[in-house]
Amino acid sequence: MTGTPAAEAAEAVAAAGAEAYPRIVATLIRVTGDWALAEDCAQEALAVALERWPGDGVPANPGGWLMTVARNRAIDVLRRAAVERRKLHDLAVLTPVDAEPGPAMGEDVVDDRLRLIFTCCHPALAIEARVALTLRTVCGVPTAAIARLLLVSESTMTRRLTRARTRIAQAGIPYRVPSGPALAERLPGVLAVLYLLFTRGYVADGEPAFADEAVRLARLLDRLMPEQSEVAALLALFLFQHSRRDARRDAAGALLTLDRQDRRRWDHSAIAEGLAALARARDDGPYAWQARIAACHATAASAEATDWPAIARAYDALSDLRPSPVVALNRAVAHGYAYGPAAGLALLDAARTGGGLDGYPHAVAVEADLVARQGDRLRAAALFRRAAEAVGSAAERSALLSRAAELDP
Amino acid sequence: MKYMMFVCTDTEPDTDPSDVPDIHAWVAENDARGRRLQGDALAPTTAATTVRVRGGELLVSDGPFAETTEVIVGFDLLDCADLDEAIEVARAHPMARHGRLELRPFAGLPG
Repeated sequence: MTGTPAAEAAEAVAAAGAEAYPRIVATLIRVTGDWALAEDCAQEALAVALERWPGDGVPANPGGWLMTVARNRAIDVLRRAAVERRKLHDLAVLTPVDAEPGPAMGEDVVDDRLRLIFTCCHPALAIEARVALTLRTVCGVPTAAIARLLLVSESTMTRRLTRARTRIAQAGIPYRVPSGPALAERLPGVLAVLYLLFTRGYVADGEPAFADEAVRLARLLDRLMPEQSEVAALLALFLFQHSRRDARRDAAGALLTLDRQDRRRWDHSAIAEGLAALARARDDGPYAWQARIAACHATAASAEATDWPAIARAYDALSDLRPSPVVALNRAVAHGYAYGPAAGLALLDAARTGGGLDGYPHAVAVEADLVARQGDRLRAAALFRRAAEAVGSAAERSALLSRAAELDP
Repeated sequence: MKYMMFVCTDTEPDTDPSDVPDIHAWVAENDARGRRLQGDALAPTTAATTVRVRGGELLVSDGPFAETTEVIVGFDLLDCADLDEAIEVARAHPMARHGRLELRPFAGLPG
């Protein structure tokens, strides 16, 4: 706290906005059907708050205040555009209560924010459009920031968002949460958008803001759909990985593998939140197994104390459920720690048949580690160097080269 | 919303031969529910005729307007609440299993 009224008000606007923004946008889209109008009015409400709250003080119900300002703004715009009377009426009867956390989701009470998330993540939109639209509309990230994060110019991102909103209207994508069997079909696609967002933020040279947004979104989705096991599992997975964000690099910025991280610097409240979420998940989905693996790491007092047999079993289950070259590679790693490097190398050989791991530098790094643990230091160092040549990120390259230097100074 | 559903062949070999629905049952069900307004199979592209007017002159040629390996073999005019309903109708069509279905919403004539 800096103490000035302007700074305190700015903090209050940021805090209230984070909670209220998606609710305001979602509600205004439902009532007006106009995505751009909803976003503009929500942004304007935040701007008005920044202007007024330093002098007037923070209102007792900041979210309700923002909702009222945004709604009044929407009424003004629509009145000027002289749209149908029904929309105006619907807006006029919206009370500020709409900006307050509603009752628990029942059979027929669907939170507007959930509609918004499912519409932004509709499979009839391209995956990049889903990510950008979710960041813009659900998270309220400014277009310029999304453009920076996704490495395109702001004007390109503006056009892309406009195209996505137009497509929603033209193609007839409904503003609705699917029900019954359709929900089970569509939910994985929503979770995939969140997962993509998180991994973009979590990769070595990634943008941490992505990971933060993904965690916030997963928390929101979990609050809105507490009965969905895979949502709880995905939130847990994010929290376990995110708990290591301050311990992943050394003072020089180089990436540290799990066994080299200072576990006191892990975020233990995030781990506790993750364990609570995981306790609500069943053992039948891909995210549940990934979260159980992450939980084994997060709860181990030291690298040596890691329950590798439990991790190996979880990878066995995951590779039955969702076979892929990367899962097969990680399964080899887990078996290598649980049952010795020879067991790991045997599974690595099996994972490499079919060529799915060709040109995947991490497979070479895994082989290097297993060979090192068998005692062949020179061959391991050569493999680490080969992996370093092939990785894309500078942070990973320097981590691999320093392993090689330790083995073959 | 009205959608024109183009029923197309698919040159990709990834067909799904399991539980292929019966086209007559599909037509009967969607007609009864008012979701299919009209539809038919089309004669092969060897029967197609292309018409253009260029410089005031009528140009008539044989064959389809575009030489593609994927061919439109039929169409159905759908009237659905939204894209999700149209997708439900399309997924139950036999050609979803060994061809492709393209859903194109009506835009209305300008003005």
